[in-house]
Amino acid sequence: MTAAAKPLVRIRGLRKSYGAHLVLDGVDLDVAEGSVTVLLGPSGSGKSTLLRCVNHLERPDAGFVEVAGEIVGYRHQAGRLHELPAREVTRQRAQVGMVFQQFNLFPHLTVIENLVEAPVAVRGITRPHAVDRGRELLGRVGLAGRENAYPRELSGGQQQRVAIARALAMEPRLLLFDEPTSALDPELVGEVLAVIRDLAGTGMTMIVVTHEIGFAREVADTAVFLDAGRIVESGAPADVLENPRNERAQAFLSAVL
Amino acid sequence: MTSDVSARISALSEVPAALANPGSVADSPAAAETGPPTDAPTDAPPDAPTDEQLLAARLVPLRRPGQWISAGVLLVLAAMLVHTLVTNHRFEWPAVRGYFFEHSILHGLELTIWLTAAVLATGYLLGTGLAAARLSSNPILKTLSFGFVWLIRSVPMLVQLLFWYELASLYPRLSFGIPFGPEFASVKTAHLFSGILAAYVALSLDVAAFSAEIIRGGILSVPAGQVEAAQALGLGRGRIFRRIVLPQAMPAIVPASGNLLIGMLKATSIVSVIAVQDLLYSAQLIYNENFQIIPLLLVATLWYIILTTLLSIGQYFVERRYARGSNRRRQEFRELFRRNLPLFGRPAVPATPGAPTTGPLS
Repeated sequence: MTAAAKPLVRIRGLRKSYGAHLVLDGVDLDVAEGSVTVLLGPSGSGKSTLLRCVNHLERPDAGFVEVAGEIVGYRHQAGRLHELPAREVTRQRAQVGMVFQQFNLFPHLTVIENLVEAPVAVRGITRPHAVDRGRELLGRVGLAGRENAYPRELSGGQQQRVAIARALAMEPRLLLFDEPTSALDPELVGEVLAVIRDLAGTGMTMIVVTHEIGFAREVADTAVFLDAGRIVESGAPADVLENPRNERAQAFLSAVL
Repeated sequence: MTSDVSARISALSEVPAALANPGSVADSPAAAETGPPTDAPTDAPPDAPTDEQLLAARLVPLRRPGQWISAGVLLVLAAMLVHTLVTNHRFEWPAVRGYFFEHSILHGLELTIWLTAAVLATGYLLGTGLAAARLSSNPILKTLSFGFVWLIRSVPMLVQLLFWYELASLYPRLSFGIPFGPEFASVKTAHLFSGILAAYVALSLDVAAFSAEIIRGGILSVPAGQVEAAQALGLGRGRIFRRIVLPQAMPAIVPASGNLLIGMLKATSIVSVIAVQDLLYSAQLIYNENFQIIPLLLVATLWYIILTTLLSIGQYFVERRYARGSNRRRQEFRELFRRNLPLFGRPAVPATPGAPTTGPLS
């Protein structure tokens, strides 16, 4: 991670509103390749919307997101941003993995079918090869041997670890986590955070929306604090978490710590 | 039910015996070991049972005499029904048997089956398209789909049938060409819209409108997160619909479709008004000549019952196919009868409160 390297993700002037409600109010953010960025902030501050703009699950009203040098969801031509057809957006999404708060595993497919579906359909990998790779990933998240279980037969922590393995199966350049432990019982949070921590160790680029302050301090390279759709605090986790200058951030952090 | 009765009888004989002779329990070795129940409140009534007696007491389920009485009433009514079916010679069962495999009846049956099949295949194909159009982001498709469904559902099926049958009086000739421009080909409407084609078109459009709503409802029952997860994985739209949304929508679509399918099987009998020789009309043709109205209506009814039964069994297997990964316990085929006709056999596992008690045949 040299200072001269172009960031993997560049977000500039991002704005988004739902009706009269302004959710993102001009967000600028860089995420360096191989780094972990944690998005903090009270609910309704725009963290999830920002994350969802990165793989175009939300369409911004203004500004742009650039991943690996490509503008997400648009093509720049003659001073205009033309919306990309669905097929192109799909291609862009394949290099960005996402893990949801509610896991969103496919309940009618077994664990291994969940992992194999996209690599076979999108990457054109042969099924046996995808199954082998899926088994390997399950071992990596500590779920070797559970490939034939259906999602509802697993605990929440196990489901979330399968969801992480499913995202990894696409070999993404970037992983997005949308409050990955918020739907879990407290005793299951640790096993999911351990998997994310391991991933950080392998140099995976990640953007994580979370309320786990301890995890943020330990794993993140950058902590970003959002309030009312703006970044009000950004920097090394130790600075942002321990010496916040912004009042809102101070109040929030003293409440959750 | 016999096990219930025996349990009740033994419970009745045991509890009074224990009450009459409390000393027998206290004298037992187990009671001697733990000592006399000294912690029992002293102001308790003298006949209050001891803890040992309560622990030894057998549980007696609440009696439901109403169930026995209503079962008895039902059995008497069923016996009366069978009795009248057998003894009332005006049902003319020999005639029913004689006409059951009559050539024209079987011919009508064949037409009913393939008309139903063709109408459902066409209707569901159109209906899937209409549902997709309604759920798309395209305002033109949305409006068209809504308008079509609104119109078709508003007009009685009989009127639609007569409209297509009488299309010739409205448009004597149908032509194919450029609007307000030259014609390439034209045909007499009366030749094109025979009774059978009018029936096919009218019924197909009807199924399309109703199945569109069933399919739309099923798709809406799939959580939005499923589509988002599939999109985030980079799956294409067609693949998401076929592999992720539709299989999860099916549990909601199948039972309602079973209703529509069976309803349509019987609704095809409406074509008798435009002289299409389906199962019912074939029976009517025969009784118009020999006046054996009841036996011939029975012949048609029995065939409809047979077809409906086969369809219900098919529906059961389709529902089981799409129950994968859901929390519903997979039903054995025998269980189908136990659950839905419990008078003919006790359930292997007692139904838990909150568990779905309705099945495919209900």
